[in-house]
Amino acid sequence: MHIPDGFINIPTATASAALAATGLGYSVRAAREKLDERAAPLVGLVAVFIFAGQMINFPVAAGTSGHLLGGALAAVLVGPHAASLALTVVLAIQALLFADGGLTALGLNVFNMSVVGVWGGYGAFVLMRKIFRYTRTSVLIGSAVGAFISVPLAATFFSIQYAIGGQGTFAASTVFAAMFTTHLLIGIGEAIITTLTVGAILKTRPDLVFGMLKVRK
Amino acid sequence: MKNRRFYLVGIAIALVIAGFFSFYASSSPDGLEKVAIDLGFIDSAQESAVAGSALADYGVSGIENERLSVGIAGVIGVIATGLVMYLFIRLIGKKKN
Repeated sequence: MHIPDGFINIPTATASAALAATGLGYSVRAAREKLDERAAPLVGLVAVFIFAGQMINFPVAAGTSGHLLGGALAAVLVGPHAASLALTVVLAIQALLFADGGLTALGLNVFNMSVVGVWGGYGAFVLMRKIFRYTRTSVLIGSAVGAFISVPLAATFFSIQYAIGGQGTFAASTVFAAMFTTHLLIGIGEAIITTLTVGAILKTRPDLVFGMLKVRK
Repeated sequence: MKNRRFYLVGIAIALVIAGFFSFYASSSPDGLEKVAIDLGFIDSAQESAVAGSALADYGVSGIENERLSVGIAGVIGVIATGLVMYLFIRLIGKKKN
Protein backbone atom coordinates (compact mmCIF):
# COMPACT_ATOMS: atom_id res chain seq x y z
CA MET A 1 0.00 0.00 0.00
CA HIS A 2 3.00 2.32 0.41
CA ILE A 3 3.15 4.38 -2.78
CA PRO A 4 6.70 4.81 -4.10
CA ASP A 5 7.89 8.03 -5.74
CA GLY A 6 6.96 8.32 -9.40
CA PHE A 7 3.59 6.54 -9.51
CA ILE A 8 1.65 9.77 -9.00
CA ASN A 9 2.73 13.16 -10.32
CA ILE A 10 4.01 15.91 -8.04
CA PRO A 11 0.98 18.26 -8.24
CA THR A 12 -1.35 15.46 -7.11
CA ALA A 13 1.09 14.42 -4.38
CA THR A 14 1.35 18.03 -3.21
CA ALA A 15 -2.42 18.44 -3.13
CA SER A 16 -2.73 15.21 -1.14
CA ALA A 17 -0.05 16.42 1.25
CA ALA A 18 -2.01 19.62 1.81
CA LEU A 19 -5.20 17.67 2.48
CA ALA A 20 -3.32 15.33 4.79
CA ALA A 21 -1.78 18.28 6.65
CA THR A 22 -5.22 19.80 7.15
CA GLY A 23 -6.53 16.54 8.58
CA LEU A 24 -3.50 16.14 10.82
CA GLY A 25 -3.75 19.72 12.06
CA TYR A 26 -7.28 18.98 13.15
CA SER A 27 -6.13 15.78 14.84
CA VAL A 28 -3.33 17.56 16.69
CA ARG A 29 -5.76 20.12 18.09
CA ALA A 30 -8.30 17.46 19.07
CA ALA A 31 -5.68 15.17 20.57
CA ARG A 32 -4.34 18.06 22.62
CA GLU A 33 -7.81 18.58 24.07
CA LYS A 34 -8.89 14.99 24.52
CA LEU A 35 -5.85 12.85 25.10
CA ASP A 36 -5.43 12.31 28.79
CA GLU A 37 -2.08 11.55 30.33
CA ARG A 38 -3.07 8.05 31.32
CA ALA A 39 -3.79 7.07 27.71
CA ALA A 40 -0.74 8.77 26.18
CA PRO A 41 1.65 5.79 26.61
CA LEU A 42 -0.84 3.60 24.73
CA VAL A 43 -0.43 5.86 21.68
CA GLY A 44 3.30 5.08 21.74
CA LEU A 45 2.64 1.38 22.11
CA VAL A 46 0.13 1.45 19.26
CA ALA A 47 2.66 3.17 17.00
CA VAL A 48 5.41 0.62 17.68
CA PHE A 49 2.98 -2.26 17.32
CA ILE A 50 1.82 -0.97 13.94
CA PHE A 51 5.39 -0.45 12.80
CA ALA A 52 6.21 -4.04 13.78
CA GLY A 53 2.96 -5.39 12.33
CA GLN A 54 3.58 -3.67 9.01
CA MET A 55 6.85 -5.59 8.65
CA ILE A 56 4.92 -8.85 8.48
CA ASN A 57 3.69 -9.37 4.95
CA PHE A 58 1.23 -12.26 4.80
CA PRO A 59 0.41 -14.07 1.55
CA VAL A 60 -3.11 -13.36 0.27
CA ALA A 61 -3.16 -14.89 -3.21
CA ALA A 62 -0.73 -16.35 -5.69
CA GLY A 63 2.28 -14.05 -5.71
CA THR A 64 0.64 -11.32 -3.66
CA SER A 65 1.12 -10.29 -0.08
CA GLY A 66 -0.40 -7.74 2.24
CA HIS A 67 0.38 -6.35 5.63
CA LEU A 68 -1.38 -4.63 8.47
CA LEU A 69 -2.48 -1.07 7.82
CA GLY A 70 -3.44 -0.51 11.45
CA GLY A 71 -5.71 2.50 11.02
CA ALA A 72 -8.84 0.94 12.48
CA LEU A 73 -6.79 -0.84 15.17
CA ALA A 74 -5.25 2.44 16.30
CA ALA A 75 -8.58 4.30 16.15
CA VAL A 76 -10.33 1.71 18.34
CA LEU A 77 -7.50 1.68 20.86
CA VAL A 78 -6.63 5.37 21.18
CA GLY A 79 -9.30 7.27 19.24
CA PRO A 80 -9.17 8.54 15.67
CA HIS A 81 -7.20 11.75 16.35
CA ALA A 82 -4.29 10.12 18.14
CA ALA A 83 -4.53 7.21 15.68
CA SER A 84 -3.99 9.57 12.74
CA LEU A 85 -0.89 10.94 14.43
CA ALA A 86 0.46 7.46 15.26
CA LEU A 87 0.03 6.23 11.68
CA THR A 88 1.75 9.36 10.41
CA VAL A 89 4.75 8.79 12.67
CA VAL A 90 4.98 5.20 11.43
CA LEU A 91 4.77 6.27 7.77
CA ALA A 92 7.36 9.03 8.25
CA ILE A 93 9.83 6.65 9.94
CA GLN A 94 9.29 4.09 7.17
CA ALA A 95 9.83 6.65 4.40
CA LEU A 96 12.80 8.41 5.98
CA LEU A 97 14.74 5.53 7.55
CA PHE A 98 13.72 2.51 5.52
CA ALA A 99 12.94 3.96 2.07
CA ASP A 100 9.52 2.27 2.33
CA GLY A 101 7.11 4.55 0.51
CA GLY A 102 8.45 7.51 -1.45
CA LEU A 103 9.46 10.85 0.02
CA THR A 104 7.45 12.96 -2.41
CA ALA A 105 4.70 10.33 -2.04
CA LEU A 106 4.59 10.68 1.75
CA GLY A 107 1.62 13.05 1.57
CA LEU A 108 -0.26 10.54 -0.59
CA ASN A 109 0.47 7.73 1.83
CA VAL A 110 -0.40 9.80 4.90
CA PHE A 111 -3.65 10.87 3.30
CA ASN A 112 -4.64 7.34 2.29
CA MET A 113 -3.62 5.55 5.48
CA SER A 114 -3.45 8.08 8.34
CA VAL A 115 -6.53 10.01 7.32
CA VAL A 116 -8.76 7.82 5.10
CA GLY A 117 -7.74 4.49 6.65
CA VAL A 118 -8.14 5.74 10.20
CA TRP A 119 -11.36 7.71 9.78
CA GLY A 120 -12.98 5.23 7.41
CA GLY A 121 -12.22 2.37 9.77
CA TYR A 122 -13.36 4.39 12.75
CA GLY A 123 -16.61 5.39 11.08
CA ALA A 124 -17.48 1.77 10.39
CA PHE A 125 -16.49 0.89 13.96
CA VAL A 126 -18.78 3.53 15.45
CA LEU A 127 -21.66 2.37 13.27
CA MET A 128 -21.22 -1.31 14.19
CA ARG A 129 -20.85 -0.51 17.87
CA LYS A 130 -24.18 1.33 17.72
CA ILE A 131 -25.95 -1.39 15.72
CA PHE A 132 -24.77 -4.04 18.17
CA ARG A 133 -25.83 -1.93 21.13
CA TYR A 134 -22.61 -0.86 22.79
CA THR A 135 -21.64 -4.23 24.16
CA ARG A 136 -18.17 -5.66 24.45
CA THR A 137 -18.99 -7.86 21.47
CA SER A 138 -20.02 -4.79 19.49
CA VAL A 139 -16.50 -3.43 19.96
CA LEU A 140 -15.02 -6.61 18.51
CA ILE A 141 -17.47 -6.67 15.59
CA GLY A 142 -16.79 -3.00 14.97
CA SER A 143 -13.04 -3.62 15.03
CA ALA A 144 -13.37 -6.41 12.47
CA VAL A 145 -15.67 -4.49 10.13
CA GLY A 146 -13.74 -1.23 10.48
CA ALA A 147 -10.45 -2.97 9.78
CA PHE A 148 -11.87 -4.87 6.83
CA ILE A 149 -13.31 -1.73 5.22
CA SER A 150 -10.30 0.50 5.84
CA VAL A 151 -8.01 -1.40 3.45
CA PRO A 152 -10.09 -1.39 0.22
CA LEU A 153 -11.11 2.19 1.13
CA ALA A 154 -7.48 3.35 1.25
CA ALA A 155 -6.88 1.43 -2.00
CA THR A 156 -9.82 3.28 -3.54
CA PHE A 157 -8.19 6.59 -2.71
CA PHE A 158 -4.98 5.44 -4.38
CA SER A 159 -7.11 4.73 -7.46
CA ILE A 160 -8.54 8.24 -7.32
CA GLN A 161 -5.05 9.72 -7.02
CA TYR A 162 -3.95 7.55 -9.92
CA ALA A 163 -6.90 8.74 -11.99
CA ILE A 164 -5.92 12.35 -11.30
CA GLY A 165 -2.15 12.16 -11.53
CA GLY A 166 -1.05 8.65 -12.48
CA GLN A 167 2.14 8.48 -14.51
CA GLY A 168 0.76 5.77 -16.72
CA THR A 169 -1.85 5.34 -19.38
CA PHE A 170 -4.14 2.84 -17.75
CA ALA A 171 -7.85 3.40 -17.47
CA ALA A 172 -8.82 4.55 -14.00
CA SER A 173 -11.50 1.88 -13.84
CA THR A 174 -8.97 -0.89 -14.54
CA VAL A 175 -6.67 0.33 -11.78
CA PHE A 176 -9.59 0.71 -9.39
CA ALA A 177 -10.94 -2.78 -10.08
CA ALA A 178 -7.53 -4.40 -9.56
CA MET A 179 -6.72 -2.37 -6.44
CA PHE A 180 -10.13 -2.88 -4.87
CA THR A 181 -10.34 -6.66 -5.32
CA THR A 182 -6.73 -7.26 -4.22
CA HIS A 183 -7.24 -5.15 -1.11
CA LEU A 184 -10.52 -6.85 -0.21
CA LEU A 185 -8.41 -9.95 0.38
CA ILE A 186 -5.83 -8.01 2.39
CA GLY A 187 -8.73 -6.51 4.37
CA ILE A 188 -9.60 -9.99 5.65
CA GLY A 189 -6.11 -10.31 7.13
CA GLU A 190 -6.44 -6.81 8.53
CA ALA A 191 -9.72 -7.75 10.23
CA ILE A 192 -8.22 -10.89 11.78
CA ILE A 193 -5.13 -9.15 13.17
CA THR A 194 -7.13 -6.16 14.41
CA THR A 195 -9.81 -8.24 16.13
CA LEU A 196 -7.28 -10.54 17.81
CA THR A 197 -5.25 -7.57 19.05
CA VAL A 198 -8.25 -5.61 20.33
CA GLY A 199 -9.55 -8.82 21.93
CA ALA A 200 -6.26 -9.40 23.74
CA ILE A 201 -6.23 -5.85 25.11
CA LEU A 202 -9.90 -6.09 26.12
CA LYS A 203 -8.95 -9.12 28.18
CA THR A 204 -6.03 -7.44 29.93
CA ARG A 205 -6.74 -3.70 30.08
CA PRO A 206 -10.24 -2.84 28.80
CA ASP A 207 -10.03 0.41 30.76
CA LEU A 208 -7.38 1.73 28.36
CA VAL A 209 -9.40 1.08 25.18
CA PHE A 210 -10.89 4.25 23.67
CA GLY A 211 -13.59 2.30 21.85
CA MET A 212 -14.89 0.97 25.19
CA LEU A 213 -15.66 4.42 26.58
CA LYS A 214 -19.31 4.33 25.59
CA VAL A 215 -19.76 0.65 26.33
CA ARG A 216 -21.94 -0.31 29.26
CA LYS A 217 -20.00 -1.96 31.99
CA MET B 1 -2.64 -6.24 34.56
CA LYS B 2 -0.59 -3.45 36.08
CA ASN B 3 0.40 -0.54 33.87
CA ARG B 4 4.12 -1.23 33.93
CA ARG B 5 3.72 -4.90 33.14
CA PHE B 6 1.18 -4.20 30.37
CA TYR B 7 3.47 -1.79 28.57
CA LEU B 8 6.57 -3.94 29.00
CA VAL B 9 4.76 -6.94 27.55
CA GLY B 10 3.42 -4.79 24.71
CA ILE B 11 6.84 -3.43 23.80
CA ALA B 12 8.37 -6.91 24.06
CA ILE B 13 5.77 -8.28 21.62
CA ALA B 14 6.51 -5.46 19.13
CA LEU B 15 10.25 -6.11 19.43
CA VAL B 16 9.84 -9.85 18.87
CA ILE B 17 7.61 -9.29 15.84
CA ALA B 18 9.96 -6.72 14.27
CA GLY B 19 13.18 -8.36 15.40
CA PHE B 20 12.43 -12.04 14.87
CA PHE B 21 9.22 -12.79 12.96
CA SER B 22 9.91 -10.16 10.30
CA PHE B 23 12.41 -12.58 8.75
CA TYR B 24 9.53 -14.93 7.95
CA ALA B 25 7.38 -12.29 6.22
CA SER B 26 6.22 -13.05 2.69
CA SER B 27 8.54 -11.55 0.10
CA SER B 28 5.83 -11.49 -2.57
CA PRO B 29 4.95 -8.01 -3.84
CA ASP B 30 2.26 -6.30 -1.80
CA GLY B 31 -1.18 -5.46 -3.18
CA LEU B 32 -0.18 -2.17 -4.79
CA GLU B 33 3.08 -3.51 -6.25
CA LYS B 34 1.27 -6.55 -7.62
CA VAL B 35 -1.34 -4.39 -9.33
CA ALA B 36 1.43 -2.14 -10.71
CA ILE B 37 3.29 -5.18 -12.07
CA ASP B 38 0.19 -6.82 -13.56
CA LEU B 39 -1.09 -3.64 -15.20
CA GLY B 40 2.40 -2.55 -16.20
CA PHE B 41 3.00 0.75 -14.42
CA ILE B 42 5.62 -0.56 -11.97
CA ASP B 43 8.32 1.01 -14.15
CA SER B 44 7.09 4.49 -13.31
CA ALA B 45 8.35 3.96 -9.74
CA GLN B 46 11.45 5.96 -8.91
CA GLU B 47 13.97 5.19 -6.22
CA SER B 48 13.41 7.07 -3.02
CA ALA B 49 16.05 9.71 -2.28
CA VAL B 50 16.98 7.64 0.78
CA ALA B 51 17.11 4.32 -1.12
CA GLY B 52 20.85 4.16 -0.48
CA SER B 53 20.58 4.75 3.26
CA ALA B 54 22.00 2.36 5.83
CA LEU B 55 18.58 0.93 6.69
CA ALA B 56 16.90 1.01 3.27
CA ASP B 57 14.43 -1.82 2.63
CA TYR B 58 14.60 -3.03 6.21
CA GLY B 59 18.17 -4.25 6.13
CA VAL B 60 21.31 -2.96 7.79
CA SER B 61 23.93 -2.32 5.13
CA GLY B 62 27.07 -4.31 5.80
CA ILE B 63 25.36 -7.14 7.65
CA GLU B 64 25.38 -10.17 5.36
CA ASN B 65 23.25 -12.45 7.52
CA GLU B 66 19.71 -11.74 6.37
CA ARG B 67 18.03 -12.80 9.58
CA LEU B 68 20.28 -10.51 11.60
CA SER B 69 20.03 -7.66 9.10
CA VAL B 70 16.23 -7.47 8.98
CA GLY B 71 15.96 -8.19 12.70
CA ILE B 72 18.25 -5.34 13.72
CA ALA B 73 16.54 -3.00 11.26
CA GLY B 74 13.19 -3.97 12.81
CA VAL B 75 14.40 -3.35 16.36
CA ILE B 76 15.85 0.03 15.34
CA GLY B 77 12.51 0.87 13.70
CA VAL B 78 10.54 -0.02 16.82
CA ILE B 79 12.81 2.09 19.01
CA ALA B 80 12.78 5.03 16.57
CA THR B 81 8.99 4.89 16.22
CA GLY B 82 8.47 4.73 19.98
CA LEU B 83 10.88 7.59 20.58
CA VAL B 84 9.42 9.89 17.92
CA MET B 85 5.86 9.10 19.01
CA TYR B 86 6.73 9.80 22.64
CA LEU B 87 8.38 13.13 21.80
CA PHE B 88 5.47 14.07 19.54
CA ILE B 89 2.90 13.40 22.26
CA ARG B 90 5.00 15.29 24.80
CA LEU B 91 5.28 18.19 22.36
CA ILE B 92 1.56 18.54 21.70
CA GLY B 93 0.31 17.49 25.10
CA LYS B 94 -0.64 20.07 27.65
CA LYS B 95 -0.13 19.37 31.28
CA LYS B 96 -3.19 17.97 33.00
CA ASN B 97 -3.04 17.15 36.62
